[in-house]
Amino acid sequence: MNSTYGIVAVLAVAIGTALVGTYGLRISRTTSDFFVASRTVSPWWNASAIGGEYLSAASFVGIAGLIFAHGPDMLWFPVGYTAGYLVLLALVAAPLRRSGAYTLPDFAEARFGSPAVRAVASVLALGIGWLYLLPQLQGAGLTLHTLTGAPDWVGALLVAAVVTANVTSGGMRSVTFVQAFQYWLKVTAITVPVVFLVMAWHAHGARDLTAPELPVFPRETVVTFDADTVVHVDEPVVFGGTGVVDGRAVTGSTALAVGDHTIAAGSRLLAPAGAAVPRVSSIPHNTNETWAMPLRGGESFPLYAVYSLIIATFLGTMGLPHVIVRFYTNPNGRAARRTTLIVLALLGFFYLMPPIYGALGRLYAPELLMTGDTDAVVLVLPSRVVDGLGGHLLGALVAGGAFAAFLSTSSGLMVSLAGVLSRDVLRLRGIRGFRVASVPAVLVPLGMTWLVGKVPVADMVGLAFAVAASSLCPLLVLGIWSTRISTVGAVAGMLAGGVPALVAGLVTISAGGGNVFLARPAAWTAPLGFVVMYAVSLLTPRRVPAGVNHVMVRLHAPENLGLRSQDRR
Amino acid sequence: MTGPDRPHAQRVVVTSPRTRAPRAPRPYPASREIDEQSELGAVYMRSLVRAQRRLGLGLCAVVCGSVAALPLVFALAPAVAAQRVLGVPLPWLLLGGVVFPVFVLAGWCYVRQAERAEREFAELVERS
Repeated sequence: MNSTYGIVAVLAVAIGTALVGTYGLRISRTTSDFFVASRTVSPWWNASAIGGEYLSAASFVGIAGLIFAHGPDMLWFPVGYTAGYLVLLALVAAPLRRSGAYTLPDFAEARFGSPAVRAVASVLALGIGWLYLLPQLQGAGLTLHTLTGAPDWVGALLVAAVVTANVTSGGMRSVTFVQAFQYWLKVTAITVPVVFLVMAWHAHGARDLTAPELPVFPRETVVTFDADTVVHVDEPVVFGGTGVVDGRAVTGSTALAVGDHTIAAGSRLLAPAGAAVPRVSSIPHNTNETWAMPLRGGESFPLYAVYSLIIATFLGTMGLPHVIVRFYTNPNGRAARRTTLIVLALLGFFYLMPPIYGALGRLYAPELLMTGDTDAVVLVLPSRVVDGLGGHLLGALVAGGAFAAFLSTSSGLMVSLAGVLSRDVLRLRGIRGFRVASVPAVLVPLGMTWLVGKVPVADMVGLAFAVAASSLCPLLVLGIWSTRISTVGAVAGMLAGGVPALVAGLVTISAGGGNVFLARPAAWTAPLGFVVMYAVSLLTPRRVPAGVNHVMVRLHAPENLGLRSQDRR
Repeated sequence: MTGPDRPHAQRVVVTSPRTRAPRAPRPYPASREIDEQSELGAVYMRSLVRAQRRLGLGLCAVVCGSVAALPLVFALAPAVAAQRVLGVPLPWLLLGGVVFPVFVLAGWCYVRQAERAEREFAELVERS
């Protein structure tokens, strides 16, 4: 890939983001502007902004990478990310807006009037936010590395710097403009190349994507290894190039027999055209035919893994701190519902694209199965399929879109994290507190990027969803629809669901993968959170907050009735 | 002084409702009942919350439940998963394309129903 075009695209996105942000700065003056854009954003703007914020590194590069490696089971990621908004629409959108709070801890306080519930909700919101920010920074590192060969930390640092500057200068108002702009940028960046990719695939004879054979190198390919990699060879193959294989330095033609081989970092092997592609040992043995079938992804309990993912994504969306803060920018509950409906359509359109990249990657970029950099499939595919300048320009477009994805999701997370940190942890009020708080909000995940193993971006995002589904989702759903929830029950439920999910997530991340029950915890932690919250509440009826009926009026009655109970602070 | 040639004064019953006349304001409008947390106000609110809860949970159960049944179908009936429609394997077609318009349609129906429930509630409160 010619890196110049890609670098220009990434810089253009970063500078464009900063410019749109400055435009927001000029009209963002009060604290309310800073946090929630003074609640004057129209549904279309707001929906575009939600879409822009929500389509993260996982959506832009991660999903295609997982589908490319593991097949249609991974389609549950985009389906779940979208279904999460349907659940959010049906169960929380309007009441959440009517609660009239800024952040998730504010909702906890408005509903329960208890500092303890608020504190637990704050800690969990911080944990989820950091868990979600981490893969964004990693994805940025991956993108810059794929484009330029720069070390992984450069991209992470660049995103962290741009986002911090943007968020501290403009707050939510500028972020609303930036996010809306970035949704449309991302959709363009992923859709336009798909048109050309499919046309080129047809021009090449529309080869079958599900033939009963292993993926093969379409042409002579240089495969570069950045880390020590264990590959499994399914059919004997003779490589050229130089490197260290199984501890021996090799030059020229090297025959690899069937079995496992260790290839050292820095090796550059030359694969002959038409040879079967060896695979990283974490990717299952699959011909293209079995790859295209569900439940062949290579997990030990495939059905458990799929259902755990479904529960995490369907329920977890509503518990993400940066998603929730968006609902306060709607003028009323009715607008919040309409916004969510538009979001469903925007997301549904975007998610038609990643599977196409994943499938075409099997034909045109199969060497990523050998290096294990499957997340890069979206980035490298355009220049592989389309020849010449067109391919480079499309590649640059995709790189710019991917960078927009990291920037927008990170901005949204930063706003919500800085909001929670400044109000609940540092106890600094106003705009200054918000600016001070944005520094730890970004430094913690930046530090964590040093510690984590090689977990696919979408899998790590899945862990953040699992924690949200097990802790804040029960708080929201039961808090909005049941008058029986006590403060003790709320705290117990959030801890019972959230702590195991958080621990499982941290273990998985630091170990770089592992047991499916820890890597996909939601199927047992989410029911645990719901059951404990409800059961403990029934056991402690005296701890039900006193003004619960007033709160219910505020959450559920339409605003236009002029009820005094709904008057805001 | 009733002369013999004058007709008897008659009572005429006027049955038409007095639509033009302003209605006497009720001492307690429903919105005030709700505000003051009276028994009646609580009943109003409970009915609204219950209707919206049934609507929301029903939508989730029907749409998400049927979508979430797909992995079980693919596991128990591999022949279904191997089907091809228009050259695309069925799981890819369903999960990669068809579900998204279904979600949007379901969301649209929900928004209509939820807004209708709120409108009816508002009429109920304002009428009484």
